[in-house]
Amino acid sequence: MRSSYGAPRRRRLSLARREALWAYAFLLVPLAFFLFFRLWPAVQSLKLSFFTWHVDPEQRTFIGLQYYREMYANFAAKGDLFKALRNMLYYFLLVVFGQVGIGIFSAVLLNSITWFKGLFRAIYFAPYVTPAAAVAWVWGWMYSVNFGIFNKFLSDWSDFVTNLGLPWLAIDPQPFLTSPKQALIAVAAVVIWQQLGFQVVIFLAGLQGIPRPMQEAAAIDGANGWQRFWHITIPLLNPVIVFSLIISTISTLQMFDQVQNINFTDQGGPLGSTLTIALYMYEQAFQKFRIGYAAAVTVLLFAIILVITLVQLKVTQRKVEY
Amino acid sequence: MKRFLILLAVMVGVSIGAAQTTITYWQYDYATRVDAMNQLIAQFEAANPDIKVVQETFPYDGYQQQVAASLPAGQGADVAQLFYGWLPTWQRAGYVIPLPAQYFDAAELDANFAPLVQAAKVDGTWYGLPTAVRSLALFYNADMLAAAGYDAPPATWEEFIEIAQALTVKQGNRFVQVGYGFAPTGQDHHLVREVLVRQFGGAPYSDDYSTVTYADQAGIDALTFYTDWVTKYGFTVPEFVPGNNGYRDGFRQLENIAMIVDGSFAIGDVKKVSFNWGVTELPVRAENGIQSNFGSFFMNALTPNASKDPAKLEAAAKFLKFVTSDDAMKLWLDVVGELPASRSLISDPALAADPVYGPFVRALDYAHATVFVDETGQRDTMVDAINEVVLQGTSPADALKAAAAEEQLLIDANR
Repeated sequence: MRSSYGAPRRRRLSLARREALWAYAFLLVPLAFFLFFRLWPAVQSLKLSFFTWHVDPEQRTFIGLQYYREMYANFAAKGDLFKALRNMLYYFLLVVFGQVGIGIFSAVLLNSITWFKGLFRAIYFAPYVTPAAAVAWVWGWMYSVNFGIFNKFLSDWSDFVTNLGLPWLAIDPQPFLTSPKQALIAVAAVVIWQQLGFQVVIFLAGLQGIPRPMQEAAAIDGANGWQRFWHITIPLLNPVIVFSLIISTISTLQMFDQVQNINFTDQGGPLGSTLTIALYMYEQAFQKFRIGYAAAVTVLLFAIILVITLVQLKVTQRKVEY
Repeated sequence: MKRFLILLAVMVGVSIGAAQTTITYWQYDYATRVDAMNQLIAQFEAANPDIKVVQETFPYDGYQQQVAASLPAGQGADVAQLFYGWLPTWQRAGYVIPLPAQYFDAAELDANFAPLVQAAKVDGTWYGLPTAVRSLALFYNADMLAAAGYDAPPATWEEFIEIAQALTVKQGNRFVQVGYGFAPTGQDHHLVREVLVRQFGGAPYSDDYSTVTYADQAGIDALTFYTDWVTKYGFTVPEFVPGNNGYRDGFRQLENIAMIVDGSFAIGDVKKVSFNWGVTELPVRAENGIQSNFGSFFMNALTPNASKDPAKLEAAAKFLKFVTSDDAMKLWLDVVGELPASRSLISDPALAADPVYGPFVRALDYAHATVFVDETGQRDTMVDAINEVVLQGTSPADALKAAAAEEQLLIDANR
């Protein structure tokens, strides 16, 4: 097409449009990555869950929902899947609320100190950048019944109070990881300790965003520190709390490394007491070569995470206006 | 002329290069085994210049995961090593192929390999061959025993209990030294199933291993006897030394465990210790003297990757034959310390008289190799039964009944 001036007429996009186009062009790369490495495998694993597994794709037979029925039967019979799901609930309650609660608390404290600010922040963040397997291994030894530092402390303490003539204050050595009752709590404590640094950084950033005049105005009006924390800091931190809850929920539901590594001999703890969904899936896929069934378990895990995240978004995403 | 010769040399070189077949061998990472295999590969390549063998190894814990993920993608091993107990799960999912009849004569294999090795078959078809076999025995720290006034290892479980109690040291409520390294996830689940149950007059399974039969009085007595070591006699404790091999580490490195039940594969490691040690056949009950043992082996098998082209299959089969030949077995015994898998070598009187290998060799005569359908799952059911008793205070009868029911379900689902 030629214009009346004889020069080729180019359709000119507005600057904003061009910028948007460029943005999309750049976004295509991560999008392709996401589609290929995230979405496509997810679809594949949904498909796998309807077939028996065989190295040769020709020999995989369609069995419909049989693996889902097996999962239900295992759950109903209180098998390992039931234990894993039950443990997930406990981990969720302990780890997510522990992390977020202690995270806010530590961040507020770290926000108010003036000396050695950087040092303290580094100390809190250090566990987060330590490999989970190494953390689990070291904690596994610290929890050791006969050689661990915790029981050493307990027995020293018991000797001390007994010598003082107060034997009722003595505490017996604890079984920790070797006890089906304590193992999950012991693992949860490690995960909280390790993830705390991440939470603290998130909350510190959130705290920096709270306008100082608001705190000062409340202080002038006579609000004490506790009241300011509850009525100003927490509500204004809400978006950060929501983010932190969702992130820690998802990472808790996917917990694997710590559990796999901390209980050296009995993967998933004595009597399945620390077993997680991810570890259950791993055992089915890579120790029993039941990849179809394991795929069905991942579909279940996907559904659980999706539902919980949607509920969390719905419940906690209240707009706070001042 | 000179140019022609060079050209000819290049052409010959290229054609030799093209004719060379490369096969990949996988096993888990264990220094002495890798070393032995490297020596075997060097010998094999010297005898077969047209075949190149690449050995790749992975940590034991992640070994099956590597196999599970690589083979479906057509990657990885042509010849792979696996525990005989894994064979059913690998075979069901198509990770191993039957030994090709054109290279292996089933009747010959039946005649040459120790009876135990029959467990390398699925429904009568050979799926692989071992270089070595293993059995269990009691390792003891002779210095510790001598210090307590015992100059000979226990021959009966009654003596075993007495010695183990004498060698247990506590400081307050914590153990400093134990008489026995308790290891349900190590070899002890085999000890209960194939040794103690039989010594108490029972049988763990029906003869064809299709029915669980250990939940009877003999089985209950066996589990009670074993768990009493923790709950009644108190000469051992779960997870005394943490770690997958904690019981062995405590025995040979920390020197705070007096006795362990372990397989012949531990010989190589135990030989490195600086204290005086010994190994003896598993104790018997004074009452009936019944001997029993658990025999097992790692086998080499061909994967579907090997069957992709005939040259590769031939090379892989040749290599498998070589690493399971009598000469390879002798080398394996020297380097790794594991017992040869062939009938002729294992019946060598010199081996049976050896102070270290003897107890294991003699045990092979009365050893049973459990026919697993799902080794991981079946191990877990017995480990759980032991933990129920030791950690939860459940009665051995209830724990064993629950384990038997669960294991039966596993067997039924996989047969």
